[in-house]
Amino acid sequence: MANVQLTVNGKAVSADVEDRTLLVQLLRDHLGLTGTHVGCDTSQCGACIVHIDGRAVKSCTTLVGQVDGANITTIEGISKGDELHPMQAAFRDNHGLQCGYCTPGMIMSAIDIVNRYGADLDEDTVRHELEGNICRCTGYHNIVKSVLDAASRMKLSIAAE
Amino acid sequence: MYSTTYHRPATVDEAVALFAKGSDAKYLAGGHTLLPVMKQRLAAPSDVIDIARIPTLIGIEASSETLTIKAATTYFDILSSADVKRTIPAIAHLTSVLGDPAVRYRGTIGGSVATNDPTADYPAAVLALNATVKTNRREIPADAFFQGLFTTALENDEIITAIAFPIPEKAGYAKMRNPASRFALTAVFVAKLKSGEIRVTATGASQDGVMRVPVIEQALAANWSAAALEGITISEEGLMADIHGTSDYRANLIKVMAQRAVAAAG
Ligand SMILES: Cc1cc2nc3c(=O)[nH]c(=O)nc-3n(C[C@H](O)[C@H](O)[C@H](O)COP(=O)(O)OP(=O)(O)OC[C@H]3O[C@@H](n4cnc5c(N)ncnc54)[C@H](O)[C@@H]3O)c2cc1C
Ligand code: FES
Ligand code: FES
Repeated sequence: MANVQLTVNGKAVSADVEDRTLLVQLLRDHLGLTGTHVGCDTSQCGACIVHIDGRAVKSCTTLVGQVDGANITTIEGISKGDELHPMQAAFRDNHGLQCGYCTPGMIMSAIDIVNRYGADLDEDTVRHELEGNICRCTGYHNIVKSVLDAASRMKLSIAAE
Repeated sequence: MYSTTYHRPATVDEAVALFAKGSDAKYLAGGHTLLPVMKQRLAAPSDVIDIARIPTLIGIEASSETLTIKAATTYFDILSSADVKRTIPAIAHLTSVLGDPAVRYRGTIGGSVATNDPTADYPAAVLALNATVKTNRREIPADAFFQGLFTTALENDEIITAIAFPIPEKAGYAKMRNPASRFALTAVFVAKLKSGEIRVTATGASQDGVMRVPVIEQALAANWSAAALEGITISEEGLMADIHGTSDYRANLIKVMAQRAVAAAG
């Protein structure tokens, strides 16, 4: 057993958990944040991606000890109250989701992509960068459209600030 | 995953001391090989010793002759490094086609080299460039380091501290990716060292892990061009055959990837 202290979606969290606990288990089973999904056993699907200190990482392949002291953001932490994050809004407007299972991971990866490349993304870059996120409904065209749309919305909102 | 005890030492010495205390300890760097294996219950270390944040294991240094990448440096940091792009752009390219962005944020060069997966990317670069694997105890030349499938010259408790790559005259890497796993279905690294020596390696191909490809080395020594490889044939003996590809397919891929790698090296 270990005590880990971290920040999740802006709130301080202290948890006593077994050392073998994965970050995704802490989020879902201990904190009730079930927006982060588990889609595979092999670290390949990206459904579990969250931001650890601002970087999109697979929470199913991270032990809680590795994130002791870290700042975690999950899909539950990106909207401002009722106002969706521009990436969420773009996914809704462009039909970027079907069953929605992969969507939290897609959105957390996509925000990271826009953060790294800025708003001047092209389609090839988005497709290459989304390689770690698998959609079993295979609606990739609309996902890519959503990310490109969100990138320009995020540019506008940064410009407005 | 079976029960385990997690440790985060501050120094290499502390890590080695913790390793000695555990009944069946393992070092943990990015965790992107070890944790999936632990989740499948194929490994059950008593202790995992996290070396990913030990300051002396992180960083990149370039001199006029050598590019040194410390072991716990992540792929993301390698990819972001201006020194890597300037001195050995083939390593930047190799890193950009390794795994996916989330894997690249966590995975480390030391973890990859220590694992010596037969389909991994970095062993191909380390062996082709005749790099030196530095550990907390000694320096091991690449030729003596890789010893077959998932096997290296490392002692159980030995820690890779850095990989020192001689900066080559030219180098190139071309990879046919397995689209599901992103590992190499077959990939080839070609290098012309400043000494004039030509070294060519293939990963994802041999049943024994990363290998040199002497026929291609000889052809390129006579004529450094993709066209020089047109007539050669690679033997399929000892090459992997699985659901992803037959051994003669991989043999042909070695040639085709080598041609692309030479073209990329210029
Ligand atoms: C979805 C996915 C896709 C991937 N695609 C690719 C790919 O295309 N190409 C590729 O090459 N790899 C790929 N990988 C593997 C990835 O590169 C791993 O990160 C890497 O092989 C291991 O590095 P790590 O830092 O994560 O090591 P860990 O998993 O932490 O450790 C792996 C092993 O190395 C040992 N170790 C770690 N660091 C050291 C050290 N400094 N000294 C001694 N021993 C050490 C550990 O004890 C352990 O036994 C992929 C992984 C995933 C999950
Ligand atoms: S659940 Fe983490 S990658 Fe699939
Ligand atoms: S929307 Fe169903 S898995 Fe992607």
